[in-house]
Amino acid sequence: MDRWTRYAGVLSPIVAVAAAFLVGGLVVTAIGESPFRVYAILFRGAFGSVDGFGLVLFNACPLIFTGLAVAFAFRAGLFNIGGEGQLYIGSFLCAWAGLGLAGVPWWIAVPVLIAVSAVGGALWASVPGMLKARFGVHEVINTIMMNFIAIGLTSYLVINIFKEPAQMTPQTAEIASGHLPRLAGALQAVGIPMPSANPLNASILIALAAVWVAWFILYRTTFGYEVRAVGLNQDAAESAGINVRRTIVLAMITSGAFAGLVATNEVMGFRHRFLDNFSSGIGFMGIAVALLGKNTPLGVLFAALLFGVLNAGALEVDVFTDVPRELILVLQAVTIILVVVGNEIFVRRIAAREARAALADTQAEEAA
Amino acid sequence: MMKATALLLAVLVVAFAAGCNATREGGGSGAFRVGMVFDVGGKGDKSFNDSAYRGLLRAADDFGVEHTEFEPGQDADRETGLRKLAQADYDVIIGVGFLFSEAMRKVAVDYPNVSFACVDFDARPDETLPPNLAGLTFREEEGSFLVGVLAAMYTETGRLGFVGGMDIPLIHKFEAGYIAGARYVTPGISTTVAYAGTTPQAFADPAKGKELALLQYGRGVDVIYHASGSTGNGVIEAAKEVNRYAIGVDSNQNYMAPGNVLTSMVKRVDNAVYRIVQSALEGIFEGGLREFGLADDGIAYAVDQYNEDMITDEMIARVEEAKAAIVAGEIIVPKE
Repeated sequence: MDRWTRYAGVLSPIVAVAAAFLVGGLVVTAIGESPFRVYAILFRGAFGSVDGFGLVLFNACPLIFTGLAVAFAFRAGLFNIGGEGQLYIGSFLCAWAGLGLAGVPWWIAVPVLIAVSAVGGALWASVPGMLKARFGVHEVINTIMMNFIAIGLTSYLVINIFKEPAQMTPQTAEIASGHLPRLAGALQAVGIPMPSANPLNASILIALAAVWVAWFILYRTTFGYEVRAVGLNQDAAESAGINVRRTIVLAMITSGAFAGLVATNEVMGFRHRFLDNFSSGIGFMGIAVALLGKNTPLGVLFAALLFGVLNAGALEVDVFTDVPRELILVLQAVTIILVVVGNEIFVRRIAAREARAALADTQAEEAA
Repeated sequence: MMKATALLLAVLVVAFAAGCNATREGGGSGAFRVGMVFDVGGKGDKSFNDSAYRGLLRAADDFGVEHTEFEPGQDADRETGLRKLAQADYDVIIGVGFLFSEAMRKVAVDYPNVSFACVDFDARPDETLPPNLAGLTFREEEGSFLVGVLAAMYTETGRLGFVGGMDIPLIHKFEAGYIAGARYVTPGISTTVAYAGTTPQAFADPAKGKELALLQYGRGVDVIYHASGSTGNGVIEAAKEVNRYAIGVDSNQNYMAPGNVLTSMVKRVDNAVYRIVQSALEGIFEGGLREFGLADDGIAYAVDQYNEDMITDEMIARVEEAKAAIVAGEIIVPKE
C-alpha cells in the first residue's frame, strides 16, 4: 500500500467538494450572478459570524444522527431508507412522554426523553429488520412503507388528538419538562459571543457522543465485528458461526435508535413541541451524508458539517440574493455525484497502479 | 491529478478571500425596506402566496420601497430567516402563512424597532401581541359560503365537490363555509370532499389536484371548489379538460380557464399587505390582531369579464342577499 492508496480515501471527498463548487459556480454564472459574490455570501452565512457557525452546527446536528443511522445499517449490508419514519416516531414519542412529565426534575426527564427517542426509532426500525431476518423481505421496500405509516400516523395523532385547542398550527403543546439548554449562555460565559437567539443546543453534544458510540460499537465490540462481517459477506459470516439473522435485527435496531435521537435536537432542544411534518427530508439526507462520509462515524460527522455549511449558507444566499434556493440543492446533488464518481476513479487508478506494480515485480523476477 | 486538485483549492481560497472582503449589501442605504417570507408553494403559486406578493409589488410601485423575498427550505429556517432580515435592518417583515406565527412571536419581541406582520396568524386564546406585531386573519368561511351559494345555484347534476390542500383546520374553514353556503340554497345537496395530503407539499401538487378533480367529475360532480394553493392549478386544468367547472381561491383565478372557472373566493391578502407597508411608512403601524371579512372587503367573490356570462342576475341577487345577512350577523357561518 503506497502513499496514493493511503491518501486517496481522504483526498477524494476533498477533490469532489472542490469540483462541486466549481460546477456550482458555473451554474451561478449561467443564471447571470457572480459566483464570487454568491459564494462569498454563502461562506459569510456559515463562517462570517459566531451566530452563523452556530447555525452550521445546528443544521448539522440532525444530519449527524440520520447519517449515523444510515451508515451503521450500511455496515451490516442493510440499506435503511427509513430514517425519516424512525425520526418521526422517536420525536413524537419524545414529545408525548415530555407532555406527561410535569413537575419531574430535569435530571430525570432529560435521560428519560433521550431514551424514549432512541427506543421509538429503534422500535420502528426493528419491524423491517425482523421482516428481513425472518422472511428475507428486502428492507428497502419495508423502510419506505414504514416512512409513510409514520408520517401519516403522527400527522393524524397531532391534528386530531394532540393539537392545542383553538389553534391551527398542527403541533402538540409544549413539553412540560426535559428541555435541553441552548449553548449560547454557556458559550457567552467563556467569552464566545453567541447570540442568545441562536438555536444551537445541547443536542449537538449528544450527536458528538453518538459518533463516538457508533465508532466504539463498530470497531471495539464483538457485535460491531459481527455487523461488519455480515456486511462484507453474509455467507462467510454465517460459516464463521455468526448469527446473521440476529445481527441484522440488532443492526436495524441500533440504526433506528440513532435516527430517533433527532428528537433531542428538534423536540428537546429547539421547539419543545412535535410539529407535524417538521423534518422535510432529514432522514433521506442522511443517506447522502452517510455516503459522503464513506459510512464511517467520523466521516459522517464531517459530511454532516459540510451539509450544515451548505444549509446555513443557503439561507443567507436565499435571503440576500436573487439566486433561487434550488441552486443549493443542485450543488448538494452535484457534490454527492462527484464524490461517488471521484471515489470510483480513485479506486480504479489504484487497482491499475497495483496491477502495474505487480506486473513489474514479476517481470523483474523473471529477468533475474 | 494533483495539479488539478491544487488548482481547484486555489480557486476556492480565492473565492473565500473574496468573500471575506464582501460588504453587506443594501445596509445603510437609507431606503425603506420590506422583507417578505413565503409559505409552502412560494412565489408563483397563482393563489395565496402570489396574492401577498402582488400587494408587496403594488406598495413597491406606489411608495418606492425596496423589497426582498425568500422561501424557507426547512422549518427551522423560518425563525432564522426572519432574524436575518431583522438584523439586516429591514423596516417591515411580513410572514405569509400561519406556520410563521410562533417564529413571529419570538422574533418580534427581540426587534422592537421592526414592524412585523403575519398573514393567517394563528392566535392563542386571549393572546396580547407585542405592539410591533400585527396578526392578520381572514374570515375565509364567509367567502366560501358565498361561492357555495353560487355553486349550488349553478350545478346541473346537483353534486358539488371540494378539493382541499393539506388536511388542517385552516382549510376546514373553507370546506365548512362552502358546504353551509350550498345547503343554504339546496338543503340536501350532495357534496364530495377530498384533501390532497397531510404534508405541506399538498399545497404544491397540481398533478394530485388534477387526479382528485377528475375522480370527482367522474362521479357526477360538476362544480369543484379548491382551497389548495398551486395544487388547485390541477383542479382548474381538469375542469377545462372535461368541460366542467371549478372555483378558484385566494387570488382571482377566473382568467385561468375562462368559461370553466365559475368564480373565485378572493382573499385580499394583497390589500392587507399593502396597508401594512403603507401604515409602517407613514409611521402609524399598529400591532395586534386584525380580522378581515366580507364587511370590509377583505374577502370577496370575483365577477369579471371571464365569468360574467356564467353568473346570472338571479345568482347575484341571491348571493348579495346572503352576504348582507352574514355582514348583519343573521347568518353565522360555521368554521368546521
